[in-house]
Amino acid sequence: MSRFAAKVAAACSLLAAGLVLGGPALAAQLVPAESRIGFVSRQMGVPVEGSFRRFDADIDFDPAKPGKGHFAIRVDTSSVDLPTRDAIEEVAKPGWFDAARFPRATFESTAVRAAGTDRYEVDGTLTVRGQARPVVVPVQLTRSPGRAVAEGEFTVRRLAFSIGAGEWADTSLVADEVLVRFRLVLSGRPF
Amino acid sequence: MKRTNAPEDGFQPYTGTAILLHWLLALLLLGSFCVGAYMADLKLSPERIRLFNYHKWAGITILLLSALRLAWRLTHRPPPEPATLKARDIVIALWTHRLLYVLFFAVPIAGWAYSSASGFPVVWFGKIPLPDLVARDKGLADILVEVHGTLAWTLGALVVLHAAAAIKHQLFDKDLVLARMLPAGARARILARREARR
Repeated sequence: MSRFAAKVAAACSLLAAGLVLGGPALAAQLVPAESRIGFVSRQMGVPVEGSFRRFDADIDFDPAKPGKGHFAIRVDTSSVDLPTRDAIEEVAKPGWFDAARFPRATFESTAVRAAGTDRYEVDGTLTVRGQARPVVVPVQLTRSPGRAVAEGEFTVRRLAFSIGAGEWADTSLVADEVLVRFRLVLSGRPF
Repeated sequence: MKRTNAPEDGFQPYTGTAILLHWLLALLLLGSFCVGAYMADLKLSPERIRLFNYHKWAGITILLLSALRLAWRLTHRPPPEPATLKARDIVIALWTHRLLYVLFFAVPIAGWAYSSASGFPVVWFGKIPLPDLVARDKGLADILVEVHGTLAWTLGALVVLHAAAAIKHQLFDKDLVLARMLPAGARARILARREARR
């Protein structure tokens, strides 16, 4: 191969790399086994920790262009984990997540803003039990080559989504505010 | 000259503090035991959550009052046993009381540890979060709930023995063993009746 051909090849590969890097934000892959979406609910002041065992995410995010980022998270509402079997069975019932009618709870971002070094504020719509409510989710990103961890927590009001109806609606028993905590491990470029 | 307030030679009641703590703890222990026995097999419901929390608040209160009571007991000599008591009965009473005190601590601590292991920490009166005694562990929780229950029933059996002994002393031995632990008013009535019979 001539020197010229080698130069052309090198130039092409550089160009290709440049197109990829400078192109639209790329999808990051969620690493479910290392990720966690949990929540803390208060029963008569007692923090009770739960989590969702199954969820997935479509994430397009380039830290260089946060404004173009997009986050979509889907949570399987029948996959709740709580300290006791009783509680796990209870929250799948119609008065709570109603997992049979509403098998998914979703979050979809509408805008992403930078809010400091590797900090972002994500506006989005949280839909639980078919009821959509706006939320603002703070995200802290921890980057390493090829990998990023997105963490944050925010509060939702369960009654805004009619979670825990009837005899459970009493907020002196189960607080209205529920803390949602997430840690999403993402792999792939552009991290 | 006859004394009117201390008709029996050598009779001495417990201190007012000891009497107050005894009856306050008697009420709390009886209430907690009954609530605990009732709630244990309830299905998940608002009632179950409320009762569990009341039971846990009462248990921590019992633990604290028992610590206060033990400190008082160790710094204040209890009244001497009546001379009519048999040596054997004194030994039985001594060891029953010792075991009762051990269980005043062991039962609530086992319950607290069970709460910690099962992932429902104790928040005293819904306001004061207490540290977890053990890490969250389902297997450990299953063991601790059995330990808590067994110790509670042992305490219940000892309380029955203790109360039966007090009744026996009052009704059959007709001595002043129970009077030592009664509130001043009730004690005065018993002493006055005995005085009248003399």
